[in-house]
Amino acid sequence: MNIEQKNVSPEHILFEAPRDKAFITGSEAVAEAVKRANIDMSIAYPITPQSESMHLIGDLYAQGYIKDYYRAENEFAVMAAVHGASLGGGRVFTATSGPGTLRAAEMFPVWAGSRQPIVCGFMCRGISLPPSIQPENIEMTFLLDSGMLMFHAENAQDFFDMILKGYAIAEKPDVHLPVGVFVDGFFTTHTREIVMLPPEDIRLSPYDPKCSPVPAFDMETPPMRVVRDPLLNKSNFISYAANASWHQEILAAAERSKKYINHYMNGLIEVDNPKAKILIAASGTAVAQSREAIRDLQAEGIDVGLIKVKSIRPFPEKEIQAATENAEIIIVPEFNAGGWLAREIKASLDHNSRVISAPRIFGGMPMPKELIVNEVKHAIKKRA
Amino acid sequence: MISNIDIRMAGLGGQGVVTAAHILGTAVVSAGKHSAVNPFFGAEKRLAPAESYVRMADRPVYDRGEILYPDLIMIFAPEVITMGKSYTMPFYSGLKEKGLVMINSDEPILSEKEQAGLDKLGATLFYIPATKLAMEFAGTELATNMTMLGALCGLVDLVEIDTVIEAVAQRFSGKSKFVASGTTAVLDESIKSKYAKVSLLIEKNTTAITKAYEYTKKLNQSK
Repeated sequence: MNIEQKNVSPEHILFEAPRDKAFITGSEAVAEAVKRANIDMSIAYPITPQSESMHLIGDLYAQGYIKDYYRAENEFAVMAAVHGASLGGGRVFTATSGPGTLRAAEMFPVWAGSRQPIVCGFMCRGISLPPSIQPENIEMTFLLDSGMLMFHAENAQDFFDMILKGYAIAEKPDVHLPVGVFVDGFFTTHTREIVMLPPEDIRLSPYDPKCSPVPAFDMETPPMRVVRDPLLNKSNFISYAANASWHQEILAAAERSKKYINHYMNGLIEVDNPKAKILIAASGTAVAQSREAIRDLQAEGIDVGLIKVKSIRPFPEKEIQAATENAEIIIVPEFNAGGWLAREIKASLDHNSRVISAPRIFGGMPMPKELIVNEVKHAIKKRA
Repeated sequence: MISNIDIRMAGLGGQGVVTAAHILGTAVVSAGKHSAVNPFFGAEKRLAPAESYVRMADRPVYDRGEILYPDLIMIFAPEVITMGKSYTMPFYSGLKEKGLVMINSDEPILSEKEQAGLDKLGATLFYIPATKLAMEFAGTELATNMTMLGALCGLVDLVEIDTVIEAVAQRFSGKSKFVASGTTAVLDESIKSKYAKVSLLIEKNTTAITKAYEYTKKLNQSK
């Protein structure tokens, strides 16, 4: 390691330490976060647009910031291996994209089921319908009920912060769930922008596996003690009940994570101009594009507010209900064909005909602010 | 000094449009303004179309992705237009009214139709012999992106030329942490191998930028 790092609390690194301006890409921001996260082990398998991040983390390993690092056989192997490292009591990080996410998908509910505080970056991209390596976040819809906490970063700054915040939240004894930090690939990973960074001579204190509700595996606590009979498929009522209560406990842990998300991320949502009758609700890069659109709309005298949804799981149902109480039009722009965010919002609200699922951008297309502006104007005209 | 501007840079893979955008963005940010810079998102290869985008403003820049409606277009190679080596056809599509176009060419290359398209937009067009200047003052065509940057600063008051030169030094000195794709890393090594020392590379590039800057400064005054 080039420098000695001092172990500090998440509060210090996130809220108290002074920050300096850097002009870096989202991939570089991931490496900056991992450098300060005191990671025991990271395992990589390359896929665009994630490759640069995990390459840089390989460099961090070479520099001595990470205890172990290797390239696995494929994404499934990566997710299975980081699970093993986490079960052994280590703090782990990995990342993937689009088809890699789906290839590895079997492991995500396993992470949640064994209550491991794994943090994984998802640099979202198109999956094969038809093939695309371009930005799109359709993969998020496949993970909504995998049991992991899901945070959606707007930009490189969010990406940096949410990775560190992810560990702080995931490792709380009453949470202990995996955290997925999602960004819209390329838009965030390949864009160079201003990111404020705390000094590199501090890092999170090491993970304490004794804080886990599930004991870490070692020679005296072999895996069979934890996953033995009741949760496997014995056909009797007791095993079903054990399985069901374990499931409920995962959902309850996600519910309990809300207080920590409020503390570290300043809320599950962020609301600008809540009194406006027209609101745009978005997550990820669509938030950034909406900010540009709102600037233009305000200049034209059209009052529009913004709801930035930061936590996708747990979903901020009550928060969105409160924020939209007086809204007449709720526009939900998204970077995917399915419109999963609009669906989630519609399912949370009364009078959900107020919710307009548009524009939906996919296949790698950009979302120029003009598209959102047009959508808002169209909705106003339709209501009049 | 102009604050809010969106620039689209188009060239051939290997010419340095991504590096040029990186350097310009770095200069703008170190001058205390805001900028976001990104390449065209996709697989890159040498001599295939390559694009990069620079947004700069005196307020935070949220917008990202391809710039569909640029204020200024920089064409790093004539083939972008003459051979259609471009993601956007015609090359000026989306250009805002009264926009500016810089083309790296020693002589006019536009067809009548293309010229009419630009005239309709009231666009201003400059031909810059950027490769010629790069050969003359840096001894390699790989410095075309440097002369294009110098030429840009001579034409438009965006950022002090010295700040751009500092950003070049930062980019190549190895002092700043810089992540390159595999191909960019190879090209970095290639350009470095052309000079005995990195300091010589920076010195030659500084000369090339300055000469191109002076070239367009004069051009601008005579127009």
